[in-house]
Amino acid sequence: MIEWLLEPLSEPIVARSLAELALLGLVSGTLGCWIVLAGRSYSAESLAHSMLPGLVGAALLGLPLVLGGAIGLAVGASLIALVGRIKVLSSEIAVSVVITSLFGAGVLLGLAPATPAGLGGILFGDLLAVGFGEIALAAGYAAIVLAILFVLHQGLLATGFDRLNAKALGRSPAQLDLVLALLLAGATLVAVQALGNLLVVAMLIGPAASARLLTQRIGPMMMVAVAIAWVASLAGLYASYHAELAAGAAVTCALVVAFAAALLIRSLRELLASDTRRRSRGAQSRGLRLRSRRA
Amino acid sequence: MQDRALSCEPLVRSNRLAARYPGASVPAISSITFAVEAGQRVALLGPNGGGKSTLFRVITGELAPSSGELELGVGHSALVPQSERSRLDYPVSALDVALMGSVSRLPWWRRPSRADRALASESLRRVGLEDEANTTFGELSGGQRQRVLVARALVQDSPLLLLDEPFAGIDAPSAELLAALFDQLAAEGRGLLMATHDIEQARSWDLVLCCNRVQIAFGDPAQVLTREVIERTYGSSLVPLPGDESLAITPPHHHHHFEADR
Repeated sequence: MIEWLLEPLSEPIVARSLAELALLGLVSGTLGCWIVLAGRSYSAESLAHSMLPGLVGAALLGLPLVLGGAIGLAVGASLIALVGRIKVLSSEIAVSVVITSLFGAGVLLGLAPATPAGLGGILFGDLLAVGFGEIALAAGYAAIVLAILFVLHQGLLATGFDRLNAKALGRSPAQLDLVLALLLAGATLVAVQALGNLLVVAMLIGPAASARLLTQRIGPMMMVAVAIAWVASLAGLYASYHAELAAGAAVTCALVVAFAAALLIRSLRELLASDTRRRSRGAQSRGLRLRSRRA
Repeated sequence: MQDRALSCEPLVRSNRLAARYPGASVPAISSITFAVEAGQRVALLGPNGGGKSTLFRVITGELAPSSGELELGVGHSALVPQSERSRLDYPVSALDVALMGSVSRLPWWRRPSRADRALASESLRRVGLEDEANTTFGELSGGQRQRVLVARALVQDSPLLLLDEPFAGIDAPSAELLAALFDQLAAEGRGLLMATHDIEQARSWDLVLCCNRVQIAFGDPAQVLTREVIERTYGSSLVPLPGDESLAITPPHHHHHFEADR
């Protein structure tokens, strides 16, 4: 059993993947909580998908993926802003039109004969190919995200709670939105190499969404989210090693299982709570009857 | 007028103030001339869409005046919004919400200090919620939530409090507690400006400002709140109560939102 647990970790490939996932988990567990609480999960997904043409373009031209992704993000964000100005369309329609167009364009490019084989790698990432450069990048980015979120914590909390009156408290919701969007775009870029264009969203949103189901305060929510990201990463890597599954997909599956488990725990808790309430209400009304009889 | 209100620089003063939302052709409020001094309780009467929230937005600095003058003696005010509009699904305790008031006093990079936390606890105690400090905001009753928002304004530590219909839809114990607290805050020298629909309550306050997109009247409620002024303030939505000299306002059926003011 111990050998079963230790053997994968002695593989340098697995150890590096685990280090990368642990750092990405720190980012997604904290930043993801603000994205989930702001109800921006859909935007996060859109943002990630909008950079596909950029990624494929970079692969075509032999440029670093991060550069192509950054250009793709900028183009996607500008298009969304532009289409969002069409008054008849709601912003969600604008986003979905732009994203599906860009994603389709990316797939077309990716399937062109001139493109080096590797659309799969771009869509699903190549977790086991992660090198020290990627790990260093993730570590640096995690430090930046944690520092910024620490400093802005109270402002983000106050603005998220009472957006309408945030300006009366001296905070600009638009500015904080921009900070979160930039941090999210950066996280997508940093994580895309390991997790790919499709799976990166699961890592960014999944742990925070699961943690929201289990916690009632922002601090614990972040800690639980990071813990879920870490446990799912470990579980995914073990499954990948022992059952010879694709690593990124196995981690994503583990995140989905974690979400399902969180949902189940929450439902059970609510069931228990309503049961206790019913019982105590029953006891109260019995008490009332007793008192009224005495009166 | 009470003597505590004498000879002070007003906390807020306006002269023929008007404000217009971006893109709107007509101002949402105009000809507003009033002042709130330290220790004064001023009721702001008006129908939904009459500009009460707009006036608050101008005072908090969210909306610039389009003409006229607005002078804030202290430079800042604390707004207590309607609790009906706050998020109930947010993972914060009553104490967390009270502590959010400190944000307005801190530069963006500073986190609340221990003193800020102590002030937040103290403010919760003042609104009678020290036992609920660790309760999730969304699990509190409507009246309790309103009191938490008052505590948040106390943590902002501003001498001018803007209260947006604080008694709307809250339970009787909370209403009594809040009314006593407001009197106490005024006695401490804070100025209170309260948007309300309750004419009887407005009568018991120091001054009343009647506003229906334009200012109808401002002054001592005993002199100002005549039938004519009330009718002009509320338009035709006024019904005399049978066998009684007092008047009732037909209550609006929809909730009042900022958008409704535009």
